[in-house]
Amino acid sequence: MKLKTILFAGAMSIAASGAWAACSYENEVPLKSLSAGFEAWKAVTDAMAECGNFSASLDQEFREKQPEAFAADPSLYQIGGVANETMIPLLNAGTIRPLDDLVAKYGQDLLPNQLIKVDGKTMAIAMMVNAQHLMYRNDVLAELGIDEPQTYADVLAAAAKIKDAGVMDYPIGGTFKTGWNLAQEFVNMYMGEGGTFLGEGNMPTINNEKGITALETMKAMTEFMDPEYLVSDSTYVQQQFQQGKIAMANLWASRAAAMNDEAESEVVGKVTMASAPMGSTRPSTTIWWDGIVLASNMSDEEADAAFRLVMEGLDADMVSANNDAAVWLSPAYTPGELAAGAAASAANGAGPYPASAAMGVLHSALGNGLADYLTGAKDAETTLADIEASYITAAKEAGLISN
Amino acid sequence: MNFRTFAAFVGPSVFMMLLFIAFPLLSVFKQSFYITQPIYETVEVETCTPGFLTQTCVTELKSQPVLDDEGEIVTRTEFVGLQSYRNVLEPERAWRAVTEGNWSTLSTIDFWKALRFTLTFTLITLPLVLGCGLGIALLINSAAGAIRGPVIFVSLLPFIITPVIGALSINWLFRGDGILTALLEWWLQRDIALFAQAWTIEILMMFYRVWHVAPFAAVVFYAGLQTVNQDSLESAVIDGATRWQRLKFIVIPHLMPLIIFVSMIHLMDAYRVFEEIIGFSSQAYVISLQWLTFDYLVPDQAGNRSISRASASAMLTMIGIVILLILPLRRTWRDHKGGH
Repeated sequence: MKLKTILFAGAMSIAASGAWAACSYENEVPLKSLSAGFEAWKAVTDAMAECGNFSASLDQEFREKQPEAFAADPSLYQIGGVANETMIPLLNAGTIRPLDDLVAKYGQDLLPNQLIKVDGKTMAIAMMVNAQHLMYRNDVLAELGIDEPQTYADVLAAAAKIKDAGVMDYPIGGTFKTGWNLAQEFVNMYMGEGGTFLGEGNMPTINNEKGITALETMKAMTEFMDPEYLVSDSTYVQQQFQQGKIAMANLWASRAAAMNDEAESEVVGKVTMASAPMGSTRPSTTIWWDGIVLASNMSDEEADAAFRLVMEGLDADMVSANNDAAVWLSPAYTPGELAAGAAASAANGAGPYPASAAMGVLHSALGNGLADYLTGAKDAETTLADIEASYITAAKEAGLISN
Repeated sequence: MNFRTFAAFVGPSVFMMLLFIAFPLLSVFKQSFYITQPIYETVEVETCTPGFLTQTCVTELKSQPVLDDEGEIVTRTEFVGLQSYRNVLEPERAWRAVTEGNWSTLSTIDFWKALRFTLTFTLITLPLVLGCGLGIALLINSAAGAIRGPVIFVSLLPFIITPVIGALSINWLFRGDGILTALLEWWLQRDIALFAQAWTIEILMMFYRVWHVAPFAAVVFYAGLQTVNQDSLESAVIDGATRWQRLKFIVIPHLMPLIIFVSMIHLMDAYRVFEEIIGFSSQAYVISLQWLTFDYLVPDQAGNRSISRASASAMLTMIGIVILLILPLRRTWRDHKGGH
């Protein structure tokens, strides 16, 4: 009897996986995708897998694999997941295809702002946006009679008040981990000051008043942060929030849902999502998008099938089922309280991350060079000058600056 | 053994060594003198990205690589001599810092910062590894037969753990309010942040490395202890030699070749310190030469990587190891010649 039960269960599970109940058609062409591995990608690729003949690689190291995998002929993956900056190497190598004809054929449900256009051609379909914005503990701030902070001066004043009142030792959290995260904090601040990163011939233009202001604001914040801030990444800040150790942080919108996760968080309902604090000219944040690209090195039939599958993955059912997993770009998305911060930042005029090949080099140079200022090894001007120097060395080696 | 048999025995291994060690090394050596870069053209591009409800479009000058007819990026390879070495070493800046006697400036230049830590790390852990290894070996040797097996097993455990995993677990034990930091804080009644300054991180790293490598030294020394001449030891006891004198005049001289062997292995390994940097995410305060090579090699978000500087840095690391090994190697060479 037992064997029979097992066989029956096996048969049922095969039947279930073959049923593709949620997909409106059956996909005949074998397709593969390579993307980052966070929650939103899981939701989208799961929805795509319902149509059958599809396998997804969710890989946080995707950016190292994608350029090579897409350069192969035929491409090892038909579908790729990218963001602002990770699209650049694919775009530069010409390994992703324009999607305009496919958009015309299958993309009736797409919003116009989902089409990522480069030189008039649609090269990617954005599915969600992400931005760092202010999250704060409404209960702590209300108790001390502090209004919602609008600028970093407000944030610092609020932090001082919270510390003086003895509520928390380190009221501010920040994704200051050396490397990509720390550089991103500088990019946010510097954008808020209205600075530009690169000038003519890809020469760096960060060693100026605005850069120094950005650095000084960062240093002022570290006074109110856990002294181990140079190892604190998004997950660490998220946990600090969840454990009630910090009251304010400029954190990614994609982390907002975790604040209300009853299983992990002690501060459910106590964290308000607000616009990123204003710099002198605009909010101190950058808007990122995540989206889908299709490889050049595959047949048109495959591209057709891949695009159709992508549309199925991004459809209204998927979005409404995973509404809080991301700030989706879809007519079916209902922005809840969790998206309020990203929306307010955008409404206040936050700009997109200025992605380019040269910016990638500068971002790395910033990531390696900024810690010297925060630890006190160098003053602000020397730090910025040294970062520019190391950027120039690297950019010359990459061929972006002519010798 | 005639030559033919000898060749048949070593042939495959020589072939493998050429294929997997010599050729890659030569290729890295060559790459450190060349730079390969895509040819860029500057074009005006309009890029549209999503905002909320509307799109943000910007038109700007962008550098785009030139593609050939087959859609491949056109690259140019150029002989640059020692330029990549100069980029890594930054000799002008370093020399200026030295002549001004400004050591703190010198220690902010990546290569010299990394060299300073790598050497400190290597030279401090070496005697500790030898000392602890010998201590553990003597302990095992004098343990009663019944418990010797379990003692060997327990003392070997740290060596079995994968280095990155071991470093990560130490990191988690001490990071933020990790268990051990919380314990220290409770004991000392003060706030402790072990990852907020360089020296505490360095101590943790060295502690971890000694903990990890000492068992290896111990096993080697333990094997050596089995062949110590018992007659000499007994006559030393009769002559009234203390335990310390027996160790100093009989055991250690007997173990000397092994001590040199372990030192050489440790010098080579420790000079390539890398796992600790990653495991402790210490880049803000402490970097090593091997990490520097790795950092050059990792592509940034836009896919750029510095292959030439990575090659130069790798060659410099190799040169460093060779210099470090000269002393122990000379000694072995002399002993070897003296032995005949």
